[in-house]
Amino acid sequence: MKLTRIAPLGALVAASALVLAGCASNEASADGNTPSGDSSATALSGTINGIGSSAQGTAQQTWIAGIQTANPDLNINYDPQGSGAGRKSFISGAADFAGSDAALSDEELSSTFAMCADGTSAIDLPVYISPIAIAYNLEGVDDLKLDAATIAGIFSGKITKWNDSQIAALNDGVTLPDAAITVVHRSDDSGTTQNFTEYLAANAADAWGQEPSQTFPFQVGDAAKGTSGVAEATKSAKNSITYIDESGAAGLSIAQLKVGDSFVKISADGAAAVVADSPLVTGRGDNDLAIDINRTDTQANAWPLVLVSYLIACQQYKDAATGSLVSSYIQYAASDAAQQAAAAQAGSAPLSAELSAKVIAAAQTIK
Amino acid sequence: MTKKATVRVGDRVFSTTTVVAGAVILATLAAVAIFLVIQSIPALVAGEGELPNDSANFWQYVGPLVFGTVWAAFLALLFATPLSIGIALFISHYAPRRVSQTLGYIIDLLAAVPSVVFGLWGIVVLAPLVQPLYQWLGDNLGWIPLFAGPISGTGRTILTAAMVLAVMVIPIMTAICREVFLQAPRLHEEAALALGATKWEMIRMSVLPFARSGIVSAVMLGLGRALGETFAVAMVLSPAFIVKFALLQAQNPNTIAANIALQFPEATGLSVNALVASGLVLFVVTLLVNVLARWIISRRAAFSGADA
Repeated sequence: MKLTRIAPLGALVAASALVLAGCASNEASADGNTPSGDSSATALSGTINGIGSSAQGTAQQTWIAGIQTANPDLNINYDPQGSGAGRKSFISGAADFAGSDAALSDEELSSTFAMCADGTSAIDLPVYISPIAIAYNLEGVDDLKLDAATIAGIFSGKITKWNDSQIAALNDGVTLPDAAITVVHRSDDSGTTQNFTEYLAANAADAWGQEPSQTFPFQVGDAAKGTSGVAEATKSAKNSITYIDESGAAGLSIAQLKVGDSFVKISADGAAAVVADSPLVTGRGDNDLAIDINRTDTQANAWPLVLVSYLIACQQYKDAATGSLVSSYIQYAASDAAQQAAAAQAGSAPLSAELSAKVIAAAQTIK
Repeated sequence: MTKKATVRVGDRVFSTTTVVAGAVILATLAAVAIFLVIQSIPALVAGEGELPNDSANFWQYVGPLVFGTVWAAFLALLFATPLSIGIALFISHYAPRRVSQTLGYIIDLLAAVPSVVFGLWGIVVLAPLVQPLYQWLGDNLGWIPLFAGPISGTGRTILTAAMVLAVMVIPIMTAICREVFLQAPRLHEEAALALGATKWEMIRMSVLPFARSGIVSAVMLGLGRALGETFAVAMVLSPAFIVKFALLQAQNPNTIAANIALQFPEATGLSVNALVASGLVLFVVTLLVNVLARWIISRRAAFSGADA
């Protein structure tokens, strides 16, 4: 009795073991096939992996498509996990390069980079500039004008009504509704929040009263995840306002910003002009182009509410082949063609010719 | 003789397989626990000013998150439990055979929908749909603290998140309840009907008492899923760092899992440790819930009425 019961079980186990073994051998052969990127002489070939900023995501996809079309054997992967994750992965050696909305901090620069040759460090190269919009959803008002102090008042919760005297003073002749303002901000830490708060801290320190940070500092209004989440929340709520990467602001009105004594409309040129007008961060390596954005720039049409995102790479890689691929990729990303392509796809502001030349020159030194 | 030997080999292989399977799951659990504890220590001992959200110590940091997690899960079960029992009873005792089968498939299908899809649905459809209702509740019943204003302009409140969670836990709870209701002893049901009970009285007297422990375990499984659900909450909820019971406001307590998903990509240094430590707390909370469920089920087993 017992035997007849157990025997089929044994058979079942044997059968499943066979099946499992079959699976395992399949997997092994599939694995063996994947990394077959042999180097050939003419075009670029090989694989490099990047992790980082989600703001750069669309631009990176555009660049990767561009360079891979020209070099069919080249394989570049970019995983938009976030800037912090990108820098961490790059430092630990999990990524060949990082995309980051912030340059490496001094603390990070002094750490050991697993991918870089002994005794060398990493460099920050700006490749992506994007204007940040103050976008709003307010029926009957499509030409709102704001200055830094008013924006600080709204986003810190001090100004709660659309017909507040401070807003009205900037918008002569516009009928503002007697409605509560729904502020929408990011619920996740982000480079957009970092740059937005930097702008307010530099231009309206009294009204804002907070240090720049990638976490939104006030308990005001609604929070939503990511650029798309913020856009969706602002569109669905009446009388709402948010700060958002311009590329995500489609379908919302964008406020004009008081810069100096005049009001300017958002423009890619204005954003690029501010970056071109900003000094480099001092005390860094020769080829490190970390930018100290001039948030109080008042030249005509300047849009100082701007996000600069970097590609972070080693000055010298342990593996020379990786170094030459990363060098080529960054040179391509900073080129005029790639910048124009990203502008069309991601709504970014192309680098100025001068900055583009600097980035390419610095990228050429990557070994 | 040979036959006996084969059986022995099979027997040994089989018992080894089960032992290995059991050991692997224990080892995995231990590895996760050890990882959580080691990574948590820096956050647990961190002093003032080092942790995110200006928290003085770790417990102050994790407190609002634990509250949000439990509160959201509780609200979700408040919706999901009566609904699941209702659906299950309809399928098992009221619906015509063909309808009940179709409905059963549809409910099971709901369980296969990824949470990101529920999150998108919450943002795009549910939140704008319920916002006017929230406004009405706030205007007319605002004197009840739960419905106090200011009402969220987007509708992405903890109540909306709880509704999305409820939809997500309904399939598993319904499936369990349905199975238990179907197993209610036929003789009991027929006896009740023969004594002149109406259908409702029959269900109340013979089905529900028999199914009580099953319903409890369904609720506990649902609770486990609601506590750990990450993405749908991260997408739908408008979070803030507070402890608040109000259901309709723009600032809501966040859940542990959603907070990790939101903050991890940009976290550095001690913030990472703080997130891992909050994960450890969630681990412990879930463990407690499971233990509680086991205890309740074992205690209730004697009253099931199935011993007749």
